[in-house]
Amino acid sequence: MQDYQSSLGNAESRKFETFSYLPTLTAEQMRVQIQYIVDKGWNPSVEHTEPQHAAGSYWYMWKLPMFGETDVDAILQEIENCHAAHPDNHVRLLGLDNFAQCAGTSMVIYRGQTV
Amino acid sequence: MAKVYDAGVKDYRDTYWMPDYTPLETDILACFKVTPQEGVPREEIAAAVAAESSTGTWTTVWTDLLTDLDHYKGRAYAIEDVPGDDTCFYAFVAYPIDLFEEGSVVNVMTSLVGNVFGFKALRALRLEDIRFPIAYVMTCNGPPQGIQMERDILNKYGRPLLGCTIKPKLGLSAKNYGRACYEGLRGGLDFTKDDENINSQPFMRWRARFDFVQEAIVKAEAETGERKGHYLNVTAPTADEMMKRAEYAKEIGSPIIMHDYITGGWSANTQLAQWCQDNGMLLHIHRAMHAVLDRNPHHGIHFRVLTKILRLSGGDHLHSGTVVGKLEGDREATLGWIDIMRDSFIKEDRSRGIFFDQDWGSMPGVIPVASGGIHVWHMPALVNIFGDDSCLQFGGGTLGHPWGNAAGAAANRVAVEACVEARNSGRELEKEGKDILTSAAKHSPELAIAMETWKEIKFEFDTVDKIDAAHK
Repeated sequence: MQDYQSSLGNAESRKFETFSYLPTLTAEQMRVQIQYIVDKGWNPSVEHTEPQHAAGSYWYMWKLPMFGETDVDAILQEIENCHAAHPDNHVRLLGLDNFAQCAGTSMVIYRGQTV
Repeated sequence: MAKVYDAGVKDYRDTYWMPDYTPLETDILACFKVTPQEGVPREEIAAAVAAESSTGTWTTVWTDLLTDLDHYKGRAYAIEDVPGDDTCFYAFVAYPIDLFEEGSVVNVMTSLVGNVFGFKALRALRLEDIRFPIAYVMTCNGPPQGIQMERDILNKYGRPLLGCTIKPKLGLSAKNYGRACYEGLRGGLDFTKDDENINSQPFMRWRARFDFVQEAIVKAEAETGERKGHYLNVTAPTADEMMKRAEYAKEIGSPIIMHDYITGGWSANTQLAQWCQDNGMLLHIHRAMHAVLDRNPHHGIHFRVLTKILRLSGGDHLHSGTVVGKLEGDREATLGWIDIMRDSFIKEDRSRGIFFDQDWGSMPGVIPVASGGIHVWHMPALVNIFGDDSCLQFGGGTLGHPWGNAAGAAANRVAVEACVEARNSGRELEKEGKDILTSAAKHSPELAIAMETWKEIKFEFDTVDKIDAAHK
């Protein structure tokens, strides 16, 4: 029998929705997930926030969503640019589905200092 | 020329059998599976069904002549063989939209499944499908929030939602019950759920349950940083009492409540759904009693009809069956009615038991809930069958984990995310499920133990209610 390790006092207990219960995706796994967003016809969008404000619906957009962008390298580059500009922030990638008018997926790629 | 009153009994088919009739875009269409008594012609029986479910009665009455019955009558317009079953046939009936009160599934169903189901000339009768014209759909309020709004309210994207029904279903005190919810939510579930039998019994009155469960949600949200909910069951002896409980759930900050739409009744459900829309609440719908109506292949109401009723009456989640778990549900038929819940236009598809095109226009969709005897080994099939816009609900499959609810919840969460990751990578979930789960379990001792615990459990009984097909 194992204890389930999770508490208010331990910032490691904070989760980040989809894929946050898996080990951090490798670079190759991340490329595959970005390709999935592209294949779905969704618009990639990079967002970031200070960790203490992660709970709200609105994070800061990193530039405008990349409408029509299908190059995985270009998308990865913008994620890197956002991370380089805001190294202490959480950074997430969304795939915006304009037909559903809702994000088709969302995944946190860089975690800042979680609170 | 005006008609003349002629008292007596006429054959139904003289008035209600109209094989040359072309249904109007605004007609409500119904397909009945009719099992007649011996020796009654099909046309007469089909016409009788049309008559008894619309304007007709057994004898001519003088007041018929005060109105234009040719405008209001239901019309039996087609008859078809049932593939693989000579005891019955399909009868198609068109009803003019003027027969029904706007926005009232209660009124539509009181006609369509009213007295006619007890008609002596029938051995059995089943309502297989209804086509609601878009003109009627637009008079109904529908789901309070819809799928996209629910995702935005709860910040859940790109994966199925995860839930758990708290067990034992009866007998826990409010504080112990809240503990079971808290443990599941902190382990990674999005929702916990009241069992349908939980209303407000002496062992746990509703208000105490609401308070303790809300405390559990608040703590689990702070601990995990994710948004959580619990379906607080507001099903009650009276609609006033139901509304009182719903108001309190909103007051304490619960994002979602729950109702049993068949036992609770469609008037109450429609009222509650409209209130939920006005008050920003999500509404989870349970379907207790459905199998009484929908399981017999020859008599009753097919679940795809009950699904349409719910989408019109209003609900954001509806239990759909699992295909793979402990409860009845043919795979193709289930795929048919989950399309009916979620899509905006569904084409006629007899291989899924869908008899009519159904246009929902702008009415939001309903999230199908897969619940009943499922555990981690079912996860690959569930993700494949249901896709992202679903809620997968593991009761025993969470609470039965040897290390408790939090570990059981974490096992399911790891499993669902691993399946989504694999699916997005182009892997075939049902073929490669074992590999996908086994490699995910290397990083999750909770999942490894869950897989060990439930590896032998299967539910392989044949389905009683199958799609009508010649090979039967």
